[in-house]
Amino acid sequence: MSAALPTPRRPLRRGAWWTPWAFLAPFALVFGTFVALPAVRGLWMSLHDWDYLMPSKPFVGLGNYADLFDSTSVVFQRFWDGMAATGIFVVASVPFLLTLPLLLAMALNRRFPARTFVRAVVFLPYVLGVAVVGVLFRFVLDPNLGVLNHLLGLTRLDRVLHALGAGDPVPWLTAQPWTWVSLVGVTVWWTLGFNTIIYLAGLQDVPRELYDAAQVDGASPAQRFRHVTLPGLRPVLAFVLTMTFLASANMFGQSDLMTSGGPGTSTRTALMVILDTGLGQYRMGSAAAMGYLLSIGLGLVSIASFWALRERGGGGRRRGARARRRAAGGAS
Amino acid sequence: MSQPVPAPARPRPGAQPRSSGLSRRGFLAGLGAVGLGATVAACSSGSPSPSGTSRGGVVDLTFWNGFTGGDGPVMQDLVDRFNAEHDGVDVTMTTMEWADFHAKLPAALTSGQGPHIAIQHLDSLPTSAARGLLLPLDDLAADLALTADDFIRPVWDAGIYAGARYGIPLDVHPLGFFCNTAVMAGAGLDPADPPMDRASYEAALDALLANGVAGHWMSPHTFTGGQTLQSLIWQFGGDLLDADGATAAWARDEGVEALSWMVDAVHRGWSARDVGQDADIIALQNGQAAFNWNGIWSINTLDGISGLEWDVRRLPRIGSVDAAWAGSHNFVLTKQKGTTDDQLEAARTFVNWVSQQSAAWAVGGQVPARRSARESAEFQALAPQAAIAEQADDLRFPPSIPGIGDAIGELYTALNEAVLLVKEPREALADAAARADQVLADNRDRYGA
Repeated sequence: MSAALPTPRRPLRRGAWWTPWAFLAPFALVFGTFVALPAVRGLWMSLHDWDYLMPSKPFVGLGNYADLFDSTSVVFQRFWDGMAATGIFVVASVPFLLTLPLLLAMALNRRFPARTFVRAVVFLPYVLGVAVVGVLFRFVLDPNLGVLNHLLGLTRLDRVLHALGAGDPVPWLTAQPWTWVSLVGVTVWWTLGFNTIIYLAGLQDVPRELYDAAQVDGASPAQRFRHVTLPGLRPVLAFVLTMTFLASANMFGQSDLMTSGGPGTSTRTALMVILDTGLGQYRMGSAAAMGYLLSIGLGLVSIASFWALRERGGGGRRRGARARRRAAGGAS
Repeated sequence: MSQPVPAPARPRPGAQPRSSGLSRRGFLAGLGAVGLGATVAACSSGSPSPSGTSRGGVVDLTFWNGFTGGDGPVMQDLVDRFNAEHDGVDVTMTTMEWADFHAKLPAALTSGQGPHIAIQHLDSLPTSAARGLLLPLDDLAADLALTADDFIRPVWDAGIYAGARYGIPLDVHPLGFFCNTAVMAGAGLDPADPPMDRASYEAALDALLANGVAGHWMSPHTFTGGQTLQSLIWQFGGDLLDADGATAAWARDEGVEALSWMVDAVHRGWSARDVGQDADIIALQNGQAAFNWNGIWSINTLDGISGLEWDVRRLPRIGSVDAAWAGSHNFVLTKQKGTTDDQLEAARTFVNWVSQQSAAWAVGGQVPARRSARESAEFQALAPQAAIAEQADDLRFPPSIPGIGDAIGELYTALNEAVLLVKEPREALADAAARADQVLADNRDRYGA
């Protein structure tokens, strides 16, 4: 390298046209094998009455999709009930998973004793597997034998819930709307830490001097949050919203373990329906069609959320801020 | 959809019979000894030697099952003993949850990574046979000198699909009537004489209620509310499907009566409301309930709880006839590319050998599938639990048609809705029957009725 330096006018070596592909190859291989190929094969399956063990896999064209929109078919009610359950869970859980971690992250971003320890504690539930969380809360929330109702009884707090219309015992896992309250509550407790950490990283990326400038201009804490913190977090917010939305829409284990989809089928999510159709009843073509419909829906909502939170011409300002900070850092 | 997941049991593999003939374990061991004698007598002529295996080294076999409860270690013990006694064969056992088992088995077999031997429930056997996962076993049945007369008819018939035998019955696991005798005594009931008909059963529940105990917790979940409901439907004279297996019959008056009895128990306070998964049997263990209808696999669970005073009987008759739900485990050999003749021969040897140990297997909390083992004098002399086997002729099994689990799942939804008081029993059953009829029609097209 050093020998090559003195040679003048040698054009910069850019590598062959395939160089970028060579670097991409390892990932492309994994992506192709485990994402792209199965996806294409799934599309093919969704056009058949597919059970890979049965000798005949009749081609049914768009029949599997048509069945999902035909209210007289077997799968119609199951699928749309599942989609509705998933929808309820998304609408109920995403606001909490967006706001609570943000508040928590702002608190954890301040300096106070044992801050690192508290940060670790907040993140801790996230490392548990869904099986652990599900079985744990099945016993904590059991209406008759669970420790939660026991504690509520001891503290007389159950009267508040009875006043709100909850039966006795409070049916945390056996009646609506308490089942949704439990599922959302458990999911928030479980995944709160992840969003908090992402927010925390985002908050640390908001330039300190913007807060100082706002303070000099006489901005109140609320105004600083509104005009400095939130704009600074916009890209992080878009990421957190999309990831949380997708994770909530893919809810499966909590329902499966804690309520088995009950009471009735009210908490049987779309994913549970797809799994049961494909691997329980071996109707893989129909399950693939459901999966495609679900992913198209999720894709559209993700695009919409990114579009809604895109940076509206503010990129220059932000880059400028970064540059200034870097300059400031260099000077000090 | 998911298969029996017995409540966690404390396994006692290789438990030795105590000298006291009255202990529960002593009974089971005794049952074991009886069964062993009977099966060895029945099969002494037909045991093939592993001749095909001695040619080149050790033949490796894999054996999959879903024995995650107290029965798992017992089966592992049997496998270890088989391996010790057979130099040329090495069987490796893998245990997983039944739900995982049913999802993984087909994929594993198609990719050549599956087991050579597996266990199937009676109700999944026809589905697996129809999907081409299994090998016909008629010659093995002949080797074992199995005869229809020695088995409960439905268990025997369920192993046959399209004219060929695919399963060798290992055991029968019926629903039993478990009682917490301390709670019974506390309410002034005679623990030695549990109620066995509707009038006395309801009187006992009233007595318990007067004592502040919800006597029989009605589970809204498949385990074991689903089995309780099926037993009751049969007891009231109804059935799950019509005679052709073409449509659901549970929405008829008998079914409505059965489910209404469960729901009324909740209304009258005989049962707690909002019973969670497994909470029914846990309540019995905690002394919060007196009665529970549960699978025989719960024997080991209850046996492992020190200080618990309990007993078990055949199901009481609430309806007009005696009936109790039962399942059955069956040995199957799998159809898989790459399986050598040596392995097939060794697998047959293994199934044959374990089938003759049905006695030892009973320690795991099962009833031997063979009538001869159950009806021997020694078995009848063993007091309380002979009661569970006493209902052998009244046992009812899930219909054996391919894809039946998909349809029965709808019944469980109706159960859940009704017992949780979301829907009236008649409406819940009718809705479930309408959905099941579509599923059954679909399955007839798929599997070819």
